[in-house]
Amino acid sequence: MTQSNIMPGFRPALGFTLFYLALIVLIPLSAMLLKTMQLSLDEYGAILTNKRVLASFYVSFVSALIAAVVACLLGFVIAWTLVRYPFPGKRVFDALIDLPFALPTAVAGIVLATIYQPNGFIGQLLMQTFGVQVAYKPLGIVVALIFIGLPFVVRTIEPVLQEFDSAMEEAAASLGATRLQAFIKVILPNILPATITGFALAFARGVGEYGSVIFIAGNMPYVSEVVPLLIITKLEQYDYAGATAIGLTMLIVSFVLLLIINGLQWWVRRRSGQL
Amino acid sequence: MTILTPLKSALILAAVLFSGTALAERTLLNVSYDPTRELYQAFNQSFIAYWKDKTGETVSIQQSHGGAGKQTRAVIDGLEADVLTLALSYDIDQIAKQARLLPDNWQSRLPNNSLPYTSTIVFLVRKGNPKGIKNWDDLIKEGVSVITPNPKTSGGARYNYLAAWAFAEKQLGSAEAAKAFVKQLYKNVPVLDSGARGSTTTFVQRGLGDVLLTWENEAFLALKEFGEGQFEIIVPPASILAETPVAVVDKIVKKNETQDLAEAYLQYLFSPAGQKLAAKHFYRPYQPEHADPEDLKRFPKLEFFTVDKNFGGWHKAQKDHFDDGGSFDQIYVP
Repeated sequence: MTQSNIMPGFRPALGFTLFYLALIVLIPLSAMLLKTMQLSLDEYGAILTNKRVLASFYVSFVSALIAAVVACLLGFVIAWTLVRYPFPGKRVFDALIDLPFALPTAVAGIVLATIYQPNGFIGQLLMQTFGVQVAYKPLGIVVALIFIGLPFVVRTIEPVLQEFDSAMEEAAASLGATRLQAFIKVILPNILPATITGFALAFARGVGEYGSVIFIAGNMPYVSEVVPLLIITKLEQYDYAGATAIGLTMLIVSFVLLLIINGLQWWVRRRSGQL
Repeated sequence: MTILTPLKSALILAAVLFSGTALAERTLLNVSYDPTRELYQAFNQSFIAYWKDKTGETVSIQQSHGGAGKQTRAVIDGLEADVLTLALSYDIDQIAKQARLLPDNWQSRLPNNSLPYTSTIVFLVRKGNPKGIKNWDDLIKEGVSVITPNPKTSGGARYNYLAAWAFAEKQLGSAEAAKAFVKQLYKNVPVLDSGARGSTTTFVQRGLGDVLLTWENEAFLALKEFGEGQFEIIVPPASILAETPVAVVDKIVKKNETQDLAEAYLQYLFSPAGQKLAAKHFYRPYQPEHADPEDLKRFPKLEFFTVDKNFGGWHKAQKDHFDDGGSFDQIYVP
């Protein structure tokens, strides 16, 4: 590697990267693995096949999945609006999108619980018109995760839409494509990889989300108990090995899912000729 | 001159501030659970004045509050608590057992089994008690919504659970029946918060539920904060005696050189001044003769179940009811 670069060179840069990864990622993760290895395989299996643990995995992954899908749809609309239409106060709205990143998640959780509780501002409305209770039900978890996941989607789609050449749309229109056709055949393939990235980020964040969820979930075992809460519960019973076992499993499942999503993204990108 | 004066005084102030920290006044860290925050704010002031009077030394005391389980874990994981004032003896036993920071016989080192004050579990209901809740068996009625935290994470919630269990066992005569009773009760619980304060918020601020099961002192505090116009305290004829012990953490005080201070601090809880403050902050003092009669009037007499008598001590209670696979997990099997 003799190629000149602004950075001090390949060796120190790679060295730093590896050092950082080891310090922040690999060492803690191997500590987690070691702690889990205090358990025999049978014990590990017993923890994971416990009905309550399985139920919490189901709650966490399904609500994160639904929330990520909804966040993708809403996030696309928001990104589109922000990029394509000039309107007063646009910059303010743009800055507001990032708020969930900066907000302590517990604050988000408390605020969401307050407005969606059955006698809260929005909760009351939903209860009276549709008979739907949001807070303290699994639906509450989904709402919290949409809130947390939305900025990921908007922030990944936005730059792609900005760079997207509207001449391509005009070309499609001049060749006789309807607006719908232009959207499906021209715009969608171009933003799909970014959308998938946004989806993956929102999903991964949602699966691990604790702070905002526990305030609105109701935390009922088998119904609205998420995996991170169960990990905390195990810790409070001084069951460190059990807690890390659940944590490790969650990590593995999330990692596999992210790999699949990354693969999907690569495949889409190649198919749409962006690689 | 006129310009220089404020500058000068600022410099002097800065010098005083820095020299103050340079003298390294001794500090004590009191790790406690949630509802004791207000009690220790007052108690610490009183103790600092007492200690200054007695020895001439100025000390500062830091308080740490949170769910009892969380606090215990923090100490096991390395939070340097000089003294512990926790919700259950089981938690301090865990610190003795898991981190070996104090001897197993810690509870015998202070008067009254290291219990300067006790509390109990009462019901907080909405004004006028619209659902007519008087006793534990009213809680399992159809249409009564009960707020209590998760016993797996909250010390107070464990007392709530055991109180209901002890009531049912006495009333119905068997552990089987008690289990069915408690199962029925938890069917009426719409939200499980992770700590007592969380449940108070759910009941008081979010307006959820018809009755909140909570510490007696927490119920009084809620009443004080939100006015007597909104809520009422209902004391059932029988409830559980909540024994909240205190202990010096030997290894930490040795390291911090605060042993004399920590011991005097806890002894002061048992002194007339400490007892008076405990009663003032809605805890039942162990020597009521030192408390204001006005404060004592608030504590009605009731029959007490105890963890030792009814459940064979905390270790057995924890194992039978709250460990994985225990009765709490069983009543939640779908």
